[in-house]
Amino acid sequence: MTQTQWILACNTTDIPENGGACVKINDEQIAVFNFTRRGEWYATQNLCPHKQQMALSRGMIGSAGDACEPKVACPFHKKTFSLLTGECLSGDECAIKTYPVKVLDGEVWLGV
Amino acid sequence: MIKPIVIVVGNGMVGYKFCEKLRAKSAEFEIIVFGEEPRRAYDRVHLSEYFAGKTAEDLSMCTATWYAENNITLHLGDPITEIIRSTKTINSQKGIVLKYDYLIMATGSAAFVPNLPGVEKEGVFVYRTIEDLDLMKAWAAKSKSGAIMGGGLLGLEAAKALIDLGIEETHVIEFAPRLMPRQIDSAGSAILQQKLATFGLTVHLNKNTSYIAGDHKIEALKFNDDTELPLDMLVISAGIRPRDELAKLCGLEVGLRGGIVVNQSLQTSDPSIFAIGECALYDQMIYGLIAPGYEMAEVVAANLCNAQKQFNGFDMSTKLKLIGVDVASFGDAFITEPDCRTIIFEDTHKGVYKRINISNDGQQLLGGILIGDAEAYSMLLQTVNNKIVLPPNPEDLILGSRGGATAEGAGVMNLPDEALVCSCEAVTKGDICSAVMEQDITTIDGMKKCTKAGTGCGGCIPMVKDIITGTLKENGKYIKNVICEHFDYSRQELLDLIRINKIKTYDQVLDTFGKGDGCESCKPPIASMLAGLWNEVILKQDTIQDSNDRYLANIQKGGTYSVVPRIPGGEITADKLIVIGQVAKEYNLYTKITGGQRIDLFGAHVMDLPAIWEKLIDAGFESGHAYGKSLRTVKSCVGSTWCRFGLHDSVSFAIEIENRYKGLRSPHKLKGGVSGCVRECAEAQAKDFGLIATEKGWNLYICGNGGSKPQHAQLLATDINEATCIQYLDRFLMFYIKTADTLTRTATWLNKMDGGMSYLKNVIVNDSLGICQSLEEEIAQLIQGYTCEWKEVVDNQNLKKKFNHFVNAPNEKDPSIKFEPLREQKQAAAW
Repeated sequence: MTQTQWILACNTTDIPENGGACVKINDEQIAVFNFTRRGEWYATQNLCPHKQQMALSRGMIGSAGDACEPKVACPFHKKTFSLLTGECLSGDECAIKTYPVKVLDGEVWLGV
Repeated sequence: MIKPIVIVVGNGMVGYKFCEKLRAKSAEFEIIVFGEEPRRAYDRVHLSEYFAGKTAEDLSMCTATWYAENNITLHLGDPITEIIRSTKTINSQKGIVLKYDYLIMATGSAAFVPNLPGVEKEGVFVYRTIEDLDLMKAWAAKSKSGAIMGGGLLGLEAAKALIDLGIEETHVIEFAPRLMPRQIDSAGSAILQQKLATFGLTVHLNKNTSYIAGDHKIEALKFNDDTELPLDMLVISAGIRPRDELAKLCGLEVGLRGGIVVNQSLQTSDPSIFAIGECALYDQMIYGLIAPGYEMAEVVAANLCNAQKQFNGFDMSTKLKLIGVDVASFGDAFITEPDCRTIIFEDTHKGVYKRINISNDGQQLLGGILIGDAEAYSMLLQTVNNKIVLPPNPEDLILGSRGGATAEGAGVMNLPDEALVCSCEAVTKGDICSAVMEQDITTIDGMKKCTKAGTGCGGCIPMVKDIITGTLKENGKYIKNVICEHFDYSRQELLDLIRINKIKTYDQVLDTFGKGDGCESCKPPIASMLAGLWNEVILKQDTIQDSNDRYLANIQKGGTYSVVPRIPGGEITADKLIVIGQVAKEYNLYTKITGGQRIDLFGAHVMDLPAIWEKLIDAGFESGHAYGKSLRTVKSCVGSTWCRFGLHDSVSFAIEIENRYKGLRSPHKLKGGVSGCVRECAEAQAKDFGLIATEKGWNLYICGNGGSKPQHAQLLATDINEATCIQYLDRFLMFYIKTADTLTRTATWLNKMDGGMSYLKNVIVNDSLGICQSLEEEIAQLIQGYTCEWKEVVDNQNLKKKFNHFVNAPNEKDPSIKFEPLREQKQAAAW
């Protein structure tokens, strides 16, 4: 098992409150979400597996169910994915990759 | 202070109901109940369900702990054996001696058993208590044939019980020439008999039993016409006999044929003793139904609490399901010509019989009988009881309307508030309406808990449902389309809440009225409401916008965006066309003329959008709002300026209207059209609003659309001048914005509107709601607050930054975007 490598992605101010933006890490597109309402940060692949579109960072975030599972909805066809597990919540088989996020002194670090 | 002691003799349905009613009214009585049976009061009306699988506990009137919870002492299996009126004392079988202040006789009735030779034989039963049922059940296991003596209401209930017990051959023996002689006529009886035959029930009418034959157990019934019927068991259901033996014993006045004589207050000949239910004889009548029994309980409970209430006899109308057949009888069922006119419908094929008796002047319904289909019962009973004037074709009441205009006054909502809907619990229509309005009760279960309506015989439940639905509908609450799981409100409700509470941000809305963290379903509509209410640039709360609104452009296949500058009315100068061409060339955009008479530029990288718009805005363009739920275009034909047929200048008017409403956020996109003559080249009748020039002015159409479900717009006003057009449009658009559900276009909004176009016309043209002035003021504010969203971005470096694809590599485009060549242009690569 390879150890998690922490990479500086961006500043916290680069990501809009309660929204997401895309960062480029080693030619990989990663969507970073600043869930201000919950005081939480999440990161997932930027690619929506449904139609292979680089769009998840532009999706709306929110929560699902009584357990308030954090999620993101792809702007194309509103497929939703759990920000915790990457699991597709719209009943499809596809799942997305999630990444651990650390916030230190106004900097956002991703574990890849 | 010592509480007055109320002793209730008997723990049947009516005795229980009395306790419930008295306790509900006052805690100032000590209530003690003595019951002969070993179990708590149970529902005798639905006794046959015991054989259909219900347990004794299911049939109980209340929970095991109810009496204790209500401070009522209950002695079961311990009947009162003696009443000593001089000392106001009772003795119970188990030796309890108690003094009373008030004594309530609720002893009910027993089955009447005729004095027939052989009734003592084994296999002969009565049908009255759960114990009777248990005895029948044991015997039935070894019986193949059985009969019920008595073809009345109870007899047929008992016949159902025999069928449920698996008796192969079941007979009903009736002395009278018809079934249910107290409720239905001969023709109705014939239909009922025919129906019952299909359930395997053989009916014998005009049969006079002379004796029960058999050794020690029943073997056959012998009739006085010298015929006989071999049987394994017999259930006697030949009527009821009031349980008045205890009353007799203590010297209370009883009727000649039984029953404790009571006055209008249900007082017996001893003022401190009352009698209620089937043991009471009021005005020479025993009331053998549950509803009058409950009414009696109510009268006594009220009088003990010093309220003035009287029992004035009771409507014996009834509706039952007997062995799966609806049977109902109401009002004066037997009155005949010449005292009335009778309308009869008979269908021997389906087994339906309906008779209504109407007054000779055709104004009033007097009574009737329904067999096989009693759906109309509640409404007919209300028509009798409330003396509702009959429609011109009273036959519609039993046949339904057969074409032509629907009969006025037929619906439940036309009943007066005091109309008694549930006669068992004395619940009026007004009670039900106010439970809906004031306590938000919207289900039958909720209504049962709140008002007790429908908890007795259950016959009123369909009508209660209709009243709930009708009340909700009348108050515009019927269809509650909640926005999503996070808000328990419709768009309209939320809009009002946001406005009244002056809430400016999404998070505040969610904290105040919602739960959880929101989602893609509630964010955009709330964003639209906030934008509509407070007129702020939507980029300030961009993450609650749909991607299109967030980037002020339409996301297309592949992840690029399209750019649509506003071209009001479709009119454009050569210079502006050149700028569009130059921009398209510079950024390598695919260009196409849209259906709304403007030009769409496709394939723009998100990071190029601000630069593209900077060039367009410099040339005098504005945002076309193609990305928003807002006004798109007002299409026009060239009109009188060039066209030889044109009556008015449709282009100028279209431009004026488009500029007036540009940027207006609404529940869905809005499109308009203006045609210069009746040839309608602008297709105005396929738009949310459309104007067509006439000789005298303009015809205004509203609520049409193309799309997947095309619908023509409907005429709102004819030959009006331009100022009136604008005025009506202002009112119409604002009314739509304020009342439509999210993502509902004007056509669907109108389709769902009660009263439809005539209602809408009344609101907009005649100001029937008195809201037109405020609608006009509100839309004026929105119009005044218009700004071009793209101009805001172009002028603001911080806003521009949001259009970078990579926040950590601002000058790099998304390398995954691919195009394919298409004729002389390009298209997005396939999915």
